[in-house]
Amino acid sequence: MSVMDRSEKRVIATTGALLSLFIFSILYARGRYNDLPECLPFNKAYTEPKVTRLDDKTYQVYAVAQMWQFQPAEIFIPVGSEVDFFVTSRDVVHGFNIYEKNVNLMAVFGNINKTTVKFDKPGVYKITCHEYCGVGHQNMQAQVVVNDPAAH
Amino acid sequence: MHVSKSLKRLIFWELGIPISLLIIGIYHGLMQTIYRSGVIHESKMAHLDYYQGLTLHGVINAVVLTSFFAVAFGHATMAFYFKREPNKTVAWGSFWLMTTGTLLAAWAMLAGKASVLYTFYPPLKAHPFFYLGAALLIVGSWIPLFNWARMYVRWKRENATVKTPLAVLGTLVNFIIWFVCTLAVAYEVLVLLLPWAMGWKATVNVTLARTLFWFFGHALVYFWLLPAYIMFYTMLPKLAGGKLFSDLAGRIALFLFLLFSVPVGVHHQFSDPSITKGVKMFQGLLTFGVAIPSFITAFTLAASLEYAGRKRGAKGLLGYFGKLPYLDPSRFLFAYLISGLFLFIFGGLTGLVNASGQLNNVVHNTAWMPGHFHMTVAGPVFLGIIGMSTYLYSTLSGKKVFLPRINVIIPYLWVVGILIFSFGMSWGGLIGEPRRTNLGLTYLNPSHELFTPEWVPTTMLALMGGIIMTIAGLLFFIVFFGTMLSKRTTEGVLELPVSEALHDEKRIPLFDTFKPWLVTMGVILAVAYVPAFIDASKNPAEGAPRFLPDNPSPVENAAPVTKKTVTPAPLVSLNATR
Repeated sequence: MSVMDRSEKRVIATTGALLSLFIFSILYARGRYNDLPECLPFNKAYTEPKVTRLDDKTYQVYAVAQMWQFQPAEIFIPVGSEVDFFVTSRDVVHGFNIYEKNVNLMAVFGNINKTTVKFDKPGVYKITCHEYCGVGHQNMQAQVVVNDPAAH
Repeated sequence: MHVSKSLKRLIFWELGIPISLLIIGIYHGLMQTIYRSGVIHESKMAHLDYYQGLTLHGVINAVVLTSFFAVAFGHATMAFYFKREPNKTVAWGSFWLMTTGTLLAAWAMLAGKASVLYTFYPPLKAHPFFYLGAALLIVGSWIPLFNWARMYVRWKRENATVKTPLAVLGTLVNFIIWFVCTLAVAYEVLVLLLPWAMGWKATVNVTLARTLFWFFGHALVYFWLLPAYIMFYTMLPKLAGGKLFSDLAGRIALFLFLLFSVPVGVHHQFSDPSITKGVKMFQGLLTFGVAIPSFITAFTLAASLEYAGRKRGAKGLLGYFGKLPYLDPSRFLFAYLISGLFLFIFGGLTGLVNASGQLNNVVHNTAWMPGHFHMTVAGPVFLGIIGMSTYLYSTLSGKKVFLPRINVIIPYLWVVGILIFSFGMSWGGLIGEPRRTNLGLTYLNPSHELFTPEWVPTTMLALMGGIIMTIAGLLFFIVFFGTMLSKRTTEGVLELPVSEALHDEKRIPLFDTFKPWLVTMGVILAVAYVPAFIDASKNPAEGAPRFLPDNPSPVENAAPVTKKTVTPAPLVSLNATR
């Protein structure tokens, strides 16, 4: 096209290449990790907090956020476990962030959020509420204790 | 050109009201960095609570200031390019709606009855006046679009074969985006939230409300940004002493914004339940569509600045950067615009991170987010707004800018503050520091069991940046209100810098008409958002009752609130292996 300057053509090509690279990376990461929350329809069973051991290395946690605490507040699991978190809220919107494991979920009334994560190193992992949920928001933290000797 | 007293007065009020409120907004910005860094361990200061202040900071700075300015700047642009003034009755009607809305919402926030932050996610309930005020502000800001559209149609009839001025095109594109996206938030506020807040409807679907909010919420950022883009394209090259590299590039960028600004809101909900991965992925990819006009703009503006620099005798590959009028008080707008453009590089790059699904998982709702958007909305947007406000006021009133040498260094001081602040916030976000949290009470309180020492350096950096930004803000208030208080020296006129185009391509009808673009916009919107709304309506269960920020029981069953202190319920500990 004659309306375009030569350098403009070059910059369009560069933009196209760069965008292709970005989009390829996104699709690649999605295939490789795919750790965005899973979409589940609501089910009342998830609104009672509990930790269920499916087998030695597989756990299910029904985590319930409410003003201003998580239940369960402490979750003990052995190292190497894979944990399914099902997260919901009893009241306002809360956050559910385990930053060391890139678990990043919103806890919403009447909705179930889900992700799966493997804890392959021992330690104490903080669960922080990172959505404003009222005057006690800054008090809202729970923890996952991996390989706690007291658990055995 | 000369304009009527009525139009002048309208523009003065539309600049003066939000800039006066900005004093409250900036004060609470500074206060947040103080609370968060643990310098104080208080829930409130001077009778204003942290979260109340955070709500004021967000609503005033990001919604009130930006909408009032966009309307005032739009009136000035339309009148200047069409040499004709908008209809006075309609324009003043819009002003009164916006002002009434702002006052209602301001009352609710200042009275502590709407500490729900500027996203007002239900089921946290605000005072009905907060929702009503927001709705009036938004509807009031729609009205000018119809006023200007009439002027445009009339002008077009007389000038069918002349290219629409770029600034006019930009203003119309911006307000069309605004109109479309605010339909969703108006529906959210008027149909879902207001009847629920009044107690006429028992529950609200939280996910649907969030989806409607973000349909509006991301387009909102382009509504903030496009006035700055208009200044970048139509003024910056002239102020630099050169020409706009390509006029057509500007048109293409603007129309692409029309297509990609709205159907991307779900990228704010990557961490939400009930919305399928496919919808999130699709809107995530569409978000990268916005990168195209941004890259076009980056190239065109850099090329325009290079042309200006070379005209002033610059040599070499990047020598032109040394030849630009950075500190010329008579061209102070250049300083504001170039500073905003510089910050926008980092704002844009961090934005690409947020739009990428997997990376967003690392940073969502952490301090990284305010770190990012302070380099956009408090970068080119804010600097464009305050620079142009001083410019418009001083030229329209015929008063000389107060303290012109101070005025020209304000944007650079602001850049230093933002860079330090955003560095601290971004770093904090990467190590889990949450946003929107009064960290000083617990996480940054050495005597509290939740004390997290890792966040000391990050919040301290944010505090340092916050102090520098506040100083720059104070200097701006001195310059702006000082100009207002000084004596008229000449007759006030409406003058805007106008860049000529270096490549002034001949008129291509496709890039000088709205119809095909509006149709395409509608199609993309439907494809992107119909599945999202179906998800949001179908997957959640029951709706939620009303909650107030200080009580875990819903409003209906609430016992009289006697004390406001927080007593966390006993923590339940479950052992998995018992």
